Formats: sequence, C-alpha cells, structure tokens
Amino acid sequence: MKTFTKLMTSGLLALGLAAPAVAQDDPLQVGFVYVGSIGDLGWTHEHDQSRLAMQEHFGDAVETTYVENVPEGADAERVLTQMALSGADLIFTTSFGYMDPTNNVAARFPNVMFEHATGYRRDTPNMSTYSARFYEGRAVMGHIAGNMTESNIVGYIGSYPIPEVIRGINSAFIHARAVNPDVEFRVVWAYTWFDPAVEAEAAQALIDQGADVILQHTDSTAPMTVMQDAGVIGFGQASDMGQFAPTPRVSAIIDNWAPYYIARTQAVMDGTWESMDTWGGIGSGMVRIGEMTDAIPAEVRASAQALADSIASGEHHPFTGPLNRQDGTPWLAEGEVADDGTLAGMDFYVEGITAEIPN
Amino acid sequence: MLTLEKRPTPSRGWTLATPVLAVVLTMIAGGLMFALLGKNPVEAIRIIFWDPVFNTQFASYTRPQLLVKAGPLILIAIGLSLGFRAGIWNIGAEGQYIMGAIAGAGFGLAFYPSDSPLIFPGMIVAGALGGWAWAMIPAILKTRFRTNEILVSLLLVYVAEKILASAATKFLRNPEGHGFPGSRNLARIDSMNNPELISGTGMHWGVVLAFIAVIAAYVLLNRHLLGYQIKLAGQAPRAARFAGVNPNRLVVMCLGASGALAGLAGLFEVTGPAGQISIDFNVGYGFTAIIVAFLGRLHPIGILLAGLIMALTYIGGELAQLMLQIPAPAIQAFQGMLLFFLLALDVLSNYRIRIKSEGVA
Repeated sequence: MKTFTKLMTSGLLALGLAAPAVAQDDPLQVGFVYVGSIGDLGWTHEHDQSRLAMQEHFGDAVETTYVENVPEGADAERVLTQMALSGADLIFTTSFGYMDPTNNVAARFPNVMFEHATGYRRDTPNMSTYSARFYEGRAVMGHIAGNMTESNIVGYIGSYPIPEVIRGINSAFIHARAVNPDVEFRVVWAYTWFDPAVEAEAAQALIDQGADVILQHTDSTAPMTVMQDAGVIGFGQASDMGQFAPTPRVSAIIDNWAPYYIARTQAVMDGTWESMDTWGGIGSGMVRIGEMTDAIPAEVRASAQALADSIASGEHHPFTGPLNRQDGTPWLAEGEVADDGTLAGMDFYVEGITAEIPN
Repeated sequence: MLTLEKRPTPSRGWTLATPVLAVVLTMIAGGLMFALLGKNPVEAIRIIFWDPVFNTQFASYTRPQLLVKAGPLILIAIGLSLGFRAGIWNIGAEGQYIMGAIAGAGFGLAFYPSDSPLIFPGMIVAGALGGWAWAMIPAILKTRFRTNEILVSLLLVYVAEKILASAATKFLRNPEGHGFPGSRNLARIDSMNNPELISGTGMHWGVVLAFIAVIAAYVLLNRHLLGYQIKLAGQAPRAARFAGVNPNRLVVMCLGASGALAGLAGLFEVTGPAGQISIDFNVGYGFTAIIVAFLGRLHPIGILLAGLIMALTYIGGELAQLMLQIPAPAIQAFQGMLLFFLLALDVLSNYRIRIKSEGVA
C-alpha cells in the first residue's frame, strides 16, 4: 500500500513536471494568495482588481484562481502547496508574512514560478519578489497635506512600526515640511492592517488632537467615514476610495499591479521568466496618484502634479539630503539620495518628527 | 401542540447522536447556502468533506495536514474541557497560546546560536510555563478578588496580541531580517526545530502530545479523584463543597492546566509549522478550540474526533475556495453553522418533545 501511494505521488510529480511543456495548448494557470478579503476596498481589493485586469488581457489563454483570508505561516504553506498540486504554473503571494512559506513551497516545486510581494528572500531560481515605492506617493500626499492643513497638525494612522510604514511617514513629513515649516505630525499605531473599528478610533483620536488632515496606512475606509463627519480631509489608501470624493478623500495612493501581473504572466508564456526583484514607483505606473479633487486649490494641485512628475522622471528623489535623523545626527549630505538598502530597512524617523517609534 | 419537557438526566442516545446530526444539518444548510451562491452544492460538500482525505491529486498531502491542523486544536480543547466541566470558563486560550510561543521562542533565541541538545526541551518547559503564567492571572484574580475569569481571560488575549506585535517588531526580531518584522525562523535552526517525526505523516511533537493529552484526560476523568472532583463541581457545586472540594484549588488547577497546554500548543506551532514569531502568528486556534471542546462533548475521545472534523472543514474549505471560488466568508459561515446546530440540538438531549392535544392545553 505504501509503495502504491509512493508510486502515485511520483506519478503526480511527473505530471506536474510535464505541465509547463504542454502549456502552449492549455491555458496557463495563475494562482493568487490573499491575506485579506477581496472586498476590503484596499490592499487585497487592488491585487484582485489587477488579477481581473490580467485575466481580461489574456482572455482564454490564462485561467486564474485565488484563495482569500489566508493566515500567514503554516496555513499559507498548505494553501500554496495545494495550489501548486492543482497545477498552477505561476503563483503570486501578496503579503509580507508569506515570505518563508512561499520560499519553502518554491523549493519543493521547481517548475512552478513564485512571486512574493513586499519580501526580500529569493532562495531558489523560481522565486521573484516585487513591491512598490509607495513612499513616492506619500511624498505627494505630504505635499498636499502640508499645504492644506490650517491647524498645522497632520494625523497619521500607522499599521505596524515596520520599515515600509516608517518610510511613508518620513516621506510625507519631509514634503509637508518643505511647503509648511510649522507642520507637525501626530502618529497613532493601530497594530492592524485591517480593522474598521480600531482604524475609526485612531482617526477620532487624531482629530481630538487637532489634526485636520489625516493620512492612513491601514486598508479600510472606516477612517474616511470618521473624517467625513468631522469635516477633516484624507487620502485613499491602496485603493482609490473614490466613493468618499470630493471630500474627505481629496486624492489617493493607488497600487496598480496589473502591468506587472501581465508582464510576468507573459514572461512565463514566453519562457523568459527569471528570478528578479522589482521595486516600481510612480514612473513605472505601479504607484498611481488618485484624481485630485476640487477641494484642493488649483495651484496646489498643479504643484503636487509637478512633484509627482519629477519623481516619475527620476529628477527628484523623495529622500534627498540634507537630511538628519530624528536625534540630529546627519544622514544624507546636501544633494545625496538614500540608497535602497537603507530605505528597505528604515527604522528611524527623520529630524523634525516629534513622535517616537514604539517599542 | 409541541411542548418541551425537561428530562431528569440528559438522554445518552441524543448526546451521542446530536454531533452527527449537527454535521448532517450543516451539510444541508451549507449546501443550500452554496447553491444560493451559484455553486454546485454536492460538489462543494464533496470537496470539503471527501477530497482532503480521498482525492488522488491532493490527499497524499492533505491527509497529514489534517493532523498538523488538528494537533493544536485538540491539545488546547483538552485543557479547556477540564475547566468547562467544572464550570470554570477559560476563554483566553488564544492569549495563553501566544504567550507560550513567545516564552518558548524567547528562551531558545536567548541561547542562539548554541546547538546544545538541551535547548529544545528547555523551550518546551518555557512554553508550558508561559501559557500557565498567563492563565494564572485570571486564576489568582478570581480566587483572590472574585473577578470573572471569562472577562479577564478574554481581555488578556488582546494584551497578548500587543506583546506579540512588540516581540515581532522589537525584542525578538530577527537581527538579520533587514528591519522587517518577525523572529528568526526557528524551524530552520536545528536545536530549536520541531520537525516532522515520520516523513509524510504530519506527525510532530505537538501532535504526539495531543494524543497523549487525550489519553491522560481520559484517565484523569475516569480513574482519578481530581477528575471526579472536576465533574462533581460542574454538576453540583454545593455538593462538591460538602464533599471537601476546594473550589479555589480547582480554579487554579483547571486554568493552570489549560493554560499550560495552550502554551505548549503555541510552542510546538512556532517551532514547527509556523516557524517564527510574526505579528499575525496566532490564527484563532484558541477560540476554535472552544468549538472543538463543545463539539466533542467535553469528552476526550469526542474532542479528538471533533478536532479532526474541524481541521477537515478548514482544509476542505481552502480546497473549495481554490476549486470552486467559494468566498472565504461563506466557508466561515459554514463552520459557524456547525456550532449553531450543535447548540440548538442540545435541546434534544436535555428535553423531551411531547405532543399535547389542544384540549388539554
């Protein structure tokens, strides 16, 4: 019996190995693993919209599937294995916590290509990583916030104190200060990516502290509802959140993964797929600035657009010296720009932010 | 007209039959829900209950995964069932699970990169102590100040989650992790690894301990004085006091035992299947174990079966998402139905249904 099971397993493995060779006729199978619900109107929603856009682009040549609400860790590893066993040729995993599970499963299925969003580990040749330079979008939001605030207090809802979020706070702050030397940032940590009740409380706490512009790095629209009632403005996060325009949502940072998903799927079809790391920004279209509404004065809209354009062209880097760390020690000299390594592991605030990164 | 008449003692037949009936009713109501979602209900039920065990494409992988998923559920539920039988309600196993994992992982990582064979046993002890200590907070508050252990243990879950976030982003963070949250991967460190003991079976130390816990709980409840006291305290608290049962001692024992078992479940999870302390390390085992304990009728063998069935709905539910694109919330509703029908059907074990004619009424 045991030998029989083994035979079956090896037979299946052989079938799995053979799959890419005959992929020309069969539709390419592309799987997605989501940490949230596709209805979250934020992070997962945008990944799923991009999946649908990719599906539409390729039509019958591609079949996509997804599993949502997959906890990070052991459950992710199981879902990924099931996906690979079911014949997927290419799998996208869209949360940082899937890093180890994705690498583990990739090592067991050398003929399935894996793409992990926001991570850095590529243990095997069938692993790629990708992320977006959201901090470029934050710079534009910070510019608008610095111009728009009347109380000179800008609120910021952080998810977790990790480099990704800290980078965004720094970028927004630098560009708010550039246009408004009196601006101050208040940061509230929600310790969640998606929890409407907690996010709404965080927004209320910031409003109580006098904030009249709020940036959020959490995924639900609950803060928008609070902002609407309080007459405060904010920005769509991950998704456009256009249902809250023209106020409180005056613009948005939109994750746009569709071009990347199309390019990578095409690469598997052409047999040109290679392990690589992609960190796209406004220039490559991975980060998009949502439509700026009339609530923003025309001249601020124009200068914000100019800022976005100069970031897109590479003319302006959001982290350009002179910049000091929060404690006053020099970080970047005049004209020097931050390297990607420092940005990727950023665990300090820049000078001027009065908040503290929690322990 | 129908009336309910209380039985002098719960019907033994119905006590055994209701879990089975609850599963059948869940299949019917769940199938109806899937049909309303435009999915083939027969196929969906087959994928959830049949495919993880028998599908030729998946089963060789998913069958061992059933044990991996059921192990922590059974381990925690066994601990909870002791207290539940005595009327002591530990709702905070999720927090004890987290604290066990943090304490165990913290112990091991403190000695990194030593490869002493004593590290893993030390982590097991630390894990059990971590869960035990977290459960002692509601226990002592209850015995000293008469606070409600349901509220205290539940609220401590949220405290534990904050400590977990802090551990993942600060004090247990992998120093070579480029500033990203999460500890070192313990499953990749030989001295801290909780490996699959026999390749292809899913058996790891946590699963082994779950089976031992089932047997130990069975012996305790049927052959041991403490087991008798637990049952007596639950059924007749006054009589128990006259029989010399010390209620405070029972609270400390039951909460301590369930806390230690939940802590061990966390330790074996973090050193094995999960591999690392991360912000979202806990995935609800502590809460799901409450369902498992009741689905298993607070009986050790029942809990063993209930844990396996619950694991089946998780793994089958993922397959149903993958193959039929049934949304995840529908799968969760499906699991919820299981508890709903079970509790609703409890009426049948405690009451007799009588049909009375209108005239008499």
